[in-house]
Amino acid sequence: MDFFNLQPDEWQALTLTLRVAAAALLVTLPLAILVAYILARYRFPGHGFVNALVHLPLVLPPVVTGYVLLLTFGRKGPIGVFLDNLFGISFAFNWTGAALAASVMSFPLIVRPIRLSFEAVDPKLEDAARSLGAHRFVGFLTVTLPLALPGILGGAILGFAKAMGEFGATITFVSNIPGETRTLALALYTATQTPSGDLAAFRLTLIAVVVAFAALIASELLARRLRTRLGGGNA
Amino acid sequence: MLEVDISGKVGALEFQAQFESEGGVTSLFGQSGAGKTTLTNMIAGLVKPDRGRIALDGTVLFDAAKGINLPVQRRCIGHVFQDARLFPHLSVKSNLTYARWAGGRSGNRDFGEVVELLGLSTLLGRKPETLSGGEKQRVAIGRALLSDPHLLIMDEPLASLDQARRNDILPYLDRLCVDAGIPILYVSHSIEEVARLSSTLVILSEGRTPAYGPVAEMLTRTDLGRATGRHEAGALVHGNVTDIDANWGLTFVDIGGAVLQIPDLPAKAGDTVRLRIRARDVALAVEPPKGLSIRNAFQARITSISEESGPYAEILCALEDQTIRARITRASVADLELFTGKEVTVLVKSVAIDRRQRNLV
Repeated sequence: MDFFNLQPDEWQALTLTLRVAAAALLVTLPLAILVAYILARYRFPGHGFVNALVHLPLVLPPVVTGYVLLLTFGRKGPIGVFLDNLFGISFAFNWTGAALAASVMSFPLIVRPIRLSFEAVDPKLEDAARSLGAHRFVGFLTVTLPLALPGILGGAILGFAKAMGEFGATITFVSNIPGETRTLALALYTATQTPSGDLAAFRLTLIAVVVAFAALIASELLARRLRTRLGGGNA
Repeated sequence: MLEVDISGKVGALEFQAQFESEGGVTSLFGQSGAGKTTLTNMIAGLVKPDRGRIALDGTVLFDAAKGINLPVQRRCIGHVFQDARLFPHLSVKSNLTYARWAGGRSGNRDFGEVVELLGLSTLLGRKPETLSGGEKQRVAIGRALLSDPHLLIMDEPLASLDQARRNDILPYLDRLCVDAGIPILYVSHSIEEVARLSSTLVILSEGRTPAYGPVAEMLTRTDLGRATGRHEAGALVHGNVTDIDANWGLTFVDIGGAVLQIPDLPAKAGDTVRLRIRARDVALAVEPPKGLSIRNAFQARITSISEESGPYAEILCALEDQTIRARITRASVADLELFTGKEVTVLVKSVAIDRRQRNLV
């Protein structure tokens, strides 16, 4: 029965991973919704640049992103020093750094489906909402946002999955410290680098598969409920 | 009172629109591409004109010179769009009450009354996607009404519907125009709808408003052919139903100076009705003809002959205080030696009168 009981270090890696991914999503999602809405609804000078910037972590090697984070948010990075002096916040070599790396890496994956679903919502519905007295922001909250919920859910799931599995940027930015930055992916990597680590690696793989399955099933159930609520026909 | 005097360039169209309307139903009439939707969007605040002024009941909605441009949500203008634009994720009831729970409107208008007026009681629990086109438009009208507007804009609410659906919804519009108690700006390219529903007519042609005024007067203007489209030209006449002959299925309508016989008019004795007589269904004779199937023949005096339209001439004939419009060939004008002031016999094919006419209240 020992096989089915999680070892303390495995348990630690799992909870840390979930904490990092949840924190990353919590910070990223509102920002992603805002950026996606702006990209979907407004044309302005620099639109293409913002779009490219958002997608940059998707095409850059993750190690590069991690290194850039280290240079800017690290102990000696300008933003890192600034935040440390002013608020005492430090991202270096702790779990919040892992969450930051996961946020940056998952951001483009969250923005994309949300932007597509905003583009699919007829902007004329917002005009109708305003003609009925609703302020632009109220119209967004009561009409566009609910209609885009399936896309937002899709983006969130994709982002959460990406955050859970993030490896390259995390290990470059905040290293591989047990209990602080050693998420499932990093623990698995460590196991594969250890002689006789095969069993540990296999167990971690199983944990990752189980968590991924659970997340997928939960999101599918949620999506089904959303579709029913949003408009009967295609439920 | 709605005052509009705006100009500017929108897309390729140079706008120059000026009109006033006192209330009741004002129709904005013009052909496709004349700029009707753009003009209503300017009044509603969805499109910003370059220059000019828009005021509603003394409240300035837009004044370029003073830098005033009230946002859409503060103009208190109900807007019924061509494509209904119901919120697909909300039930009919939540759509109807949207202005109250999201728009902060007080809800002076009674919910039950609007539901009854537009026949919506059986639709309340349904989702918009399960509604027919006509039902959607009725809900959209109700939703706009329940936002307590000071003006209701209806932008071709029937344009996306087939004829059967139009016939379903027209009676509701009839009632609405009489009962709503607020001014309505009704946009249409159908002269039949305009003649049926409106009291004031504003003509819009290529972004310009060449004329506006009382609808009966506007429909007898022969100088507006290009803007209104010749094919549909006709005159409005008012009359009282005096008698109904159930045996032959005829309704007798006294239009002052003549009694018309109209088949199957849905009206009862004593009703006041409004009839549209198309110019192409009117013939003229210099002496009373005999042995004709046409039952409606009466004397009238020619008040105007205009011959600027190719082979045709537009003739206006006065019958006491009403005007009948006729279109005949210029060759006939010459053969019959017609001139202004001449007494003629006006012949109207009885079947040509629109049978779906609303009662004037």
